[in-house]
Amino acid sequence: MRIVIVDDSGLRATVLEEGLREAGYDDIHVVPPQSGFVARIERMAPDVVLMDLGSPSRDTLEEMLTVSRALARPIAMFVDQSDEVMIGAAIDAGVSAYVVDGLRKERVKPVMELAIRRFNAFARMQTELDEAKTALAERKTIDRAKTILMNTRNLSEADAYALLRSTAMNQNRRIVEVAEALITASSLLGGQ
Amino acid sequence: MTPLSIAFLPLTDSAVLVAAHELGFARDAGIELNLVRTESWATVRDRLVYGQVEAAHLLAPLAIAVTLGLSQHPAAIAAPIKLNLNGNALTMSTSFAAALDPDLERRVNDPLAAAHDFAQAIGLYHRKPVVGIVHRFSSHALMLRYWLASAGVDPDRDLALRVLPPSLMAGAMRAGEIDGFVAGEPWSSVAVAEGLGEIVAIGSRIWQRGVEKVLAMRADWMEANADVVDRLLRALSAAAAWCDDAANREQLALLLERPDYVGQPADRLLPALTGRMMLRHGEAPVDIADFMLFHREAAGFPWRSQALWIYSQMVRWKWLKPDEKAERTAAEVFRSDVYRRALAEAGMPMPGASMKVEGALTAPTAVGSHHGALTLGPDRFFDDRVFDPSAIDRYIAGFAAQ
Repeated sequence: MRIVIVDDSGLRATVLEEGLREAGYDDIHVVPPQSGFVARIERMAPDVVLMDLGSPSRDTLEEMLTVSRALARPIAMFVDQSDEVMIGAAIDAGVSAYVVDGLRKERVKPVMELAIRRFNAFARMQTELDEAKTALAERKTIDRAKTILMNTRNLSEADAYALLRSTAMNQNRRIVEVAEALITASSLLGGQ
Repeated sequence: MTPLSIAFLPLTDSAVLVAAHELGFARDAGIELNLVRTESWATVRDRLVYGQVEAAHLLAPLAIAVTLGLSQHPAAIAAPIKLNLNGNALTMSTSFAAALDPDLERRVNDPLAAAHDFAQAIGLYHRKPVVGIVHRFSSHALMLRYWLASAGVDPDRDLALRVLPPSLMAGAMRAGEIDGFVAGEPWSSVAVAEGLGEIVAIGSRIWQRGVEKVLAMRADWMEANADVVDRLLRALSAAAAWCDDAANREQLALLLERPDYVGQPADRLLPALTGRMMLRHGEAPVDIADFMLFHREAAGFPWRSQALWIYSQMVRWKWLKPDEKAERTAAEVFRSDVYRRALAEAGMPMPGASMKVEGALTAPTAVGSHHGALTLGPDRFFDDRVFDPSAIDRYIAGFAAQ
């Protein structure tokens, strides 16, 4: 079975491709949705095309599948229109699939299930990455605020942190918000 | 509060939905709207068909195509209210437009001459021009086809039509992937502001009261939630009246400007709202009367004859074989009965009929209505053809003889 993954996020395509290869599929092609991508897909004559549901390039792909002479067999969205649970899971995960009509359901189902799992896993990774980035940025902000307090008020690092924390508690705000306010105020007053 | 999710595309004609949410018309009707910004029509369609949202801002022809099974999984779609009339423009690259009438205003105001100039320009161009359309089943694509066919152009043979979502059109022009595009605003104004091309045709000059977006729902959901649907329609109608009021345009443009809605600067959104369009970068804007309508003249009323006009074009372009059952199904996508039920009590002037002859009015005309006076504006097609919904076969045959 030939599977084409249309994706411009290198990471997501890799996550999906790896999963498919582990499951024993070896005829997999990743095509970024740049100009002319539909012509490439036509030449490959895939059995299944997997694509991010929200991708703006879906309209382009669907139009070409409608008018295409090269792809004689019609293509339908999703595996089995009666399988509402899987359709719901695919939509929630953000997977859209174009499957050559006539391909047996049993053959497509595992591909879809895998794509859904991998898309979800990728979304989780993305969230964790974002959270990690935020945490790092917040720590840097707090560090800068501590330095300002240490320099201007001659405090130790521990005391500077304690002051930030007690201020945050008194004002019912997050430490990072107090730190940001302090950095802004300090720069307005001509500090660092 | 009833929570309701509605998918939309970043376009100026999402205005009624945005206003309903931001100005509290929906909340006053007991509805908490969740507007889901979406990049492509295929995704809006799937979100609606597979139940991720309850309703969608949708191209009227696409609502009919999905119902008739022409666009992926067939599903019965209902359109109980139109969200606007017109609002589209055709923008072509400067090098292509150089072969057209140099008088910008005359170009857009005389579509018959402009269509013939366009046909000539195709011949003069160094290759088949690539024109971006937002979807096969879009009102804009139907307008483009209708307009160019009048000058003997076969859009499938003489143009390379390329489908792209509206928000990607300007970028595709910059990259040289397309020579022009027909799309809803603000995307033509964006391309003009960036000096990528000039507006050469305007939807409301091709059909003065052209059908554009509808609010689409799954028919079964609509039937099962009559009370919510009625409240939503009343909220949208009030929001549409607010959008049509000249006093609110600045505020509306500032709402639409936000990144979670259209995400383009207000000065690129205002032209479509005020009807003062800059046709070419650096030139004085031109007044285009009735560029886009939201509310007046019962603009939201889903005339079944308008759904049938779309059906007639689908048959004309051979996407569909003429078929009585399909004709009836297409007409019934436009639910004028639901519109009446929801809005009659609200004191809206209500057309006496659900069908009319399209393209017959050359001047504002008072028509039979319940609850107060209703005047319909001129609704001519530029070629003076008249669409009589009781003689569709003859209408379609008239194009073949062209």
